[in-house]
Amino acid sequence: MNQTRPKYTNKTYPVMLGRKLRRVYVWELPVRVFHWLNALAIVVLCVTGYLIGNPPAIMSGNEASEQYIFGTIRFIHFAAAYVFFFNFLFRIYWGFVGNKYARWRNFIPTTRRYWKEMWEVMKVDIFLERCREHVSVGHNAMAGFIYFIFFLMSGIMVITGFGLYASMSTWWFPKLFAWVPGLFGGDFVLRNWHHALMWFFILFTIVHVYLVMYHDYVEGRGEISSMGGGWKFIEEAQFQEDLRDTEEQEQKKKKEAAHH
Amino acid sequence: MPATQSKRRTYYDELMERGYSRRDFMKFCATMAAYMGLEASGAAQISEALMTHSRVPVIWLHFQECTCCSESFIRSSHPIVADVILDKVSLDYTETLMAASGHAAEAAMHKTMEEHYGEYILCVEGSVSTFGGGEYCCIGGRSSEQILQETAEGAKAILAWGSCACNGCIQAAKPNPTRATPIHKLVKGKPVIKVPGCPPIGEVMAGTLLHIITFGTLPELDRVGRPKAFYSKRVHDSCYRRPYYDAGLFAETFDDENAKKGYCLYKVGCKGPMTYNACGIMRWNNGVSYPIQSGHGCFGCSEENFWDNGPIYRQMASFPGFGIEANADKIGIAAAAATGAGIAAHAIATNIRKRGILSSLQEEGKDAEEKLDNPLT
Ligand code: HEM
Ligand code: HEM
Ligand code: SF4
Repeated sequence: MNQTRPKYTNKTYPVMLGRKLRRVYVWELPVRVFHWLNALAIVVLCVTGYLIGNPPAIMSGNEASEQYIFGTIRFIHFAAAYVFFFNFLFRIYWGFVGNKYARWRNFIPTTRRYWKEMWEVMKVDIFLERCREHVSVGHNAMAGFIYFIFFLMSGIMVITGFGLYASMSTWWFPKLFAWVPGLFGGDFVLRNWHHALMWFFILFTIVHVYLVMYHDYVEGRGEISSMGGGWKFIEEAQFQEDLRDTEEQEQKKKKEAAHH
Repeated sequence: MPATQSKRRTYYDELMERGYSRRDFMKFCATMAAYMGLEASGAAQISEALMTHSRVPVIWLHFQECTCCSESFIRSSHPIVADVILDKVSLDYTETLMAASGHAAEAAMHKTMEEHYGEYILCVEGSVSTFGGGEYCCIGGRSSEQILQETAEGAKAILAWGSCACNGCIQAAKPNPTRATPIHKLVKGKPVIKVPGCPPIGEVMAGTLLHIITFGTLPELDRVGRPKAFYSKRVHDSCYRRPYYDAGLFAETFDDENAKKGYCLYKVGCKGPMTYNACGIMRWNNGVSYPIQSGHGCFGCSEENFWDNGPIYRQMASFPGFGIEANADKIGIAAAAATGAGIAAHAIATNIRKRGILSSLQEEGKDAEEKLDNPLT
């Protein structure tokens, strides 16, 4: 039994290497289900949407009565759109009832602390500065803010999409969006916006998947799998630090409440 | 708004005088009722109205336009349309067709404005120039805006004919040197009915006017102010090439095999899916044809800013600010490539800058692996 200190403890990077990792349940099941439904819906929407804008040349001897390819592509787009929309609504709801890591406060910068953390993440993860590793258990502030923009864009996609859909649908719900084309100055402009904004989601996906991998690689806390099982693994010392921090904040809140 | 009823001669009287038979008249009423989407009793309502109402005075102004709306109107399928309204008998003032000119014409207009205050229908063809003092469009020494405001005051309703009056059309295309402005932006407190198109279909114009004459009310309008009877559907919704669209069969160029087979014109720039108009149903020139039937995509002439939303022969608009060749996809692909390059650079930099922590992590992992591999050493 060898009880000496592990040789790889590193002074510059006080990540508690070689110490016990603690399992934290960050992403509840509804968040995970949201995530993958959302990812799937968006991939499907981007692919079918791109095809609607740029239909492939089909060389076919068929008559129109024998095939319905473009109609099917559009149908899939609209079906995925409903999944995307209701899933999105659900996530907003969960932002008010979910756990600490799912709450809306993770996404909307309301405190100075939030901005400070964003700056720190910028230094560590984007400029790759060698300072103390920034660690957060849920979303880091930067990621949270980008998801906020993502959700705003999702809302715009829903509005422009259903605005286009209003004239094609017989259901009352899409018709609620019949005011949208007028706002944009016609279906044509609306459609071009709807199309152009698709690129936000494509760029987001590229960067997002890369950054998830980056965090997994650099931190070694099981980032990628966290959207599977819901767990992240943080060092015991980190856990204690976060605990103290949360306690302090709670006490501060209580004091303030007592004050009023 | 009760229609004018007086001892003056009715539309019917005027028509009989011009040599139409009662049969012609009834056919006209039935046709218009069908175009207007009225119930079976609609024809009777129209004939009743035309037989009892004396004509509603109409002032028809021409501002910055090409007169294609008037042209379209007088070519509408039934000759009575032109005779009823676009004739010197019914029209009190229109520069293009009236016999009088100069001061006499102006006097005629003012007479109508005074005698029929609150009763006349004001039809406006063309956009109004609001640049400077409005000197880019003057008639009789007054600017188009002044004339519009004066005539609008006593009008019962205002009909904005064509895309010029509804959204400025080509004169309002960038950079809009005369600051061409559509009617609804200038007239406040009066109903403005938009009948867009470059030009609008003659029957649509006639149907809209006839609705006001027959029922004494404005037709039901959509959110944008267009008569629902004619503008609630997209050209695409009534297009006879639609089955090819749904099947994914498209003409790739105007002279390929697919174009010959009559496939959908979507990929050569058809804007039918974004254009609200009745072309597919009513067609043009007495129902002979319409652009898509003649092998040319719809270019959306009844939609706002269609002129700037080019290119005409491509499905997707050019992206503003990036030149005519750049559409959203080309820019998107470039941005994605730049992002990819940025990511590659970041990944390499990570391995260099963070080599300390990375090697620690790897050592820790490998150490454990070795231990499990050879627990006894
Ligand atoms: C992330 C989400 C979405 C993306 C990336 C996306 C992408 C696209 C793209 C690229 C197009 C082709 C536009 C063109 O012709 O140039 C399109 C069309 C369309 N999308 Fe979406 N879309 C999304 C969400 C939605 C939603 C939520 C709806 C709501 C019903 C919707 C409804 C439509 C409609 C109606 C069309 C026009 C289809 C047609 O004319 O046949 N989209 N979409
Ligand atoms: C291989 C694919 C993907 C993996 C491994 C993955 C993984 C993850 C992980 C681990 C998180 C939590 C990140 C954090 O700590 O801040 C996350 C969050 C998120 N991801 Fe993904 N993701 C993937 C694809 C996508 C795609 C395609 C989209 C949508 C375009 C997407 C949208 C989101 C959103 C919106 C969140 C915030 C979730 C929330 O809090 O509700 N992801 N993803
Ligand atoms: S030709 Fe134009 S309007 Fe007709 S189906 Fe094709 S895209 Fe639609």
